[in-house]
Amino acid sequence: MLKNFADYIVFNLLTLKPGSRLGEALDFFIYDTIKIFLLLAVIIFVVAIVRSQFPPEKTRKILSHKREYIGNVMAALLGVVTPFCSCSAVPLFIGFVESGVPLGVTFSFLVSSPMVNEVALVLLWGLFGWKIALIYIGTGLVVAIISGIVIGRLRMEKHVQDYVWEMQVGNGEIVEKTFREKLAFAREYTLGLLKKIWPYVIIGIGVGAFIHGYVPQDFLARWAGRDNPFAVPVAVALGVPLYSNAAGVIPIVHALMEKGMAIGTVLAFMMAVTALSLPEAIILSNVLKKTLLATFFGVVALAIVFVGYLFNAIL
Amino acid sequence: MKIEVLGTGCAKCKTLYENTKKALEESGKSAELVKVEDIPSIMKYGVMSTPALVINGQVRFSGKVASVAEIKGML
Repeated sequence: MLKNFADYIVFNLLTLKPGSRLGEALDFFIYDTIKIFLLLAVIIFVVAIVRSQFPPEKTRKILSHKREYIGNVMAALLGVVTPFCSCSAVPLFIGFVESGVPLGVTFSFLVSSPMVNEVALVLLWGLFGWKIALIYIGTGLVVAIISGIVIGRLRMEKHVQDYVWEMQVGNGEIVEKTFREKLAFAREYTLGLLKKIWPYVIIGIGVGAFIHGYVPQDFLARWAGRDNPFAVPVAVALGVPLYSNAAGVIPIVHALMEKGMAIGTVLAFMMAVTALSLPEAIILSNVLKKTLLATFFGVVALAIVFVGYLFNAIL
Repeated sequence: MKIEVLGTGCAKCKTLYENTKKALEESGKSAELVKVEDIPSIMKYGVMSTPALVINGQVRFSGKVASVAEIKGML
């Protein structure tokens, strides 16, 4: 139905020829924009309601003194439903480790929470289909679980800034919200997030539409196809500075995949965009010493590169 | 009444501070309004997502920016 609407505007109202470059690019742009914004509005709202059931204080209680493996799995899963913003990474980290959440379990949470986020999911589902979205969630969770287990095994507690262990943390009893308050919160959250990301989404879809209409088919197959072994690590490195722009990056990547970028490379790139971020690293340096910060980034980056190679090999 | 806005200095925290200030002005109530930015003081309240609003030592909410009207209702 949306497709018909976009076709009608472009080919009937604007009388552009089907198959012409401008026509195809514009058709793609209008269709994707409407579809993505509808999906974003609905899904962000639903996710916000789910998230209001899992404030970080509750998550911390669940994860406190959990053992390896089971703790890592639960942390990765709770990371999906617990709201997280990199600006409160420091109080969250301190709150977790101070209340007895093991370091490795805390890292499973810190990896999964930004990586499996609602904006990335909507865009993946809307543009790539539900299969790719599910693969992304599944591998994202596995990356979070394994990275956390590895960091936990490395026994790096002494590489947490010393003051963290001496801090006095209150037990943070917060007033439970009523359902009406939760709805109001979800509405405001949705509007706020849409307000923040809409320009990136439009620009991303615009660039994607341009690539769709103007870049020749298989243009990228040589450089970003599955036969180039450097494509995955380069994609991961490029993803690091693009943080918080997942909204704009995913539509572009979608168009690049049409032009021959391999699926494993696409997945690795998107995971790097969401999970590895420079600003978050700077914020986390308040609580982590350099060795641990570098280990965190290294382990997660390696896991993501592995995911990239794996999917290039099997799909 | 003592009101504290907890936050490490992000954009959302500034908005909450402004909203609280406005809510105070509009309601005509007098209170001591302070911005708490250092981590140890924030952690003392057990708050893990910023910004948060504390009124007379009690955390009223955390991890969101409340509207002026909403804050007025809490004063």
